[in-house]
Amino acid sequence: MTEGTAKKFMFVNRTAPYGTAYALESLEVVLISAAFDQDVSLVFIDDGVFQLKKGQQTKGIETKNFSPTYRALEGYDVEKLYVDQESLVARGLTEADLIVDVTVLPSRELGALMDEQDVVLSF
Amino acid sequence: MKFGILVNEGPYQHQASDSAYLFCKAALAKGHEIHRVFFYHDGVNNSTRLTEPPQDDRNIVSRWTKLAEAHGVDLVVCVAAALRRGIREENLAPGFRISGLGQLVESGIEADRLVVFGD
Amino acid sequence: MLHIVNKSPLERNSLAACLRIAGSGTILLIEDAVYGAIRGTTVEAAVKEALVRFRIVALQPDLDARAVADRVIEGVGTVDYAGFVDLVAEHRNCQSWL
Repeated sequence: MTEGTAKKFMFVNRTAPYGTAYALESLEVVLISAAFDQDVSLVFIDDGVFQLKKGQQTKGIETKNFSPTYRALEGYDVEKLYVDQESLVARGLTEADLIVDVTVLPSRELGALMDEQDVVLSF
Repeated sequence: MKFGILVNEGPYQHQASDSAYLFCKAALAKGHEIHRVFFYHDGVNNSTRLTEPPQDDRNIVSRWTKLAEAHGVDLVVCVAAALRRGIREENLAPGFRISGLGQLVESGIEADRLVVFGD
Repeated sequence: MLHIVNKSPLERNSLAACLRIAGSGTILLIEDAVYGAIRGTTVEAAVKEALVRFRIVALQPDLDARAVADRVIEGVGTVDYAGFVDLVAEHRNCQSWL
């Protein structure tokens, strides 16, 4: 599929990892969508920003640590990662706390980006 | 218009499956097409033929089956989410099929609108 | 854009997140989010304020089920499931604030 006919897919992540499976299963769809040559972007809002927190150690809860996958996204040509600035600040985090490079945007700019999408998926 | 539907929650626990079903019914009544209903996360639990609600309650699973039979709606259950939760071909209700996540992305590409129902 | 919210704003922040991030469009309140459409709650002021930027609509069957259809905030509209379908069709895209 060429660039011109690709649809804009946005994955909205608003849940923390591990407490529920939404973050992990959302990531699985992101990886699949990369194979369809669509224009994919991910946004992290509210507790979703915790998905990107550096240094996750999951041995003690006997659950797979899937946070390294965010770093692998680049290899799948998924490079548009956006974080809601207000959500980050509200959780005492800065960009330096995150496992990958992201674009931090004010809430309304994120909303404008959402408006441009063809398909918005949230889990 | 062609609608794609995503259901992320199981039956009886959460209203998502009911809302999705009533949306599909209303869309079909208005002459729209339901391109596909994709069941993901605990939503895969909507597809088990072992479901037995009390007689005075709605049968969420057979309601989906009937929608598939009457309107040819494609009901797709995510294989990875299903296997994790003990949903397999042998306990799948009629009208449902198990397939990959690519079917969800494809629905997003082919449908005019994709509507998500979840928790 | 159509924003679909299904959580009570008295318990969860999905409506607040929607109001913070979205600039305009239509907000459809379904399931427990219809409690955000009624008078006398602690979120009434925020919803009334949002009416300046958004068209806000609540799903009638969900209002009826919860016995709150008689106290919908003035300016908040109602639709049935057919109206829900129309809203999705009328807007270019939709986002479910789960």
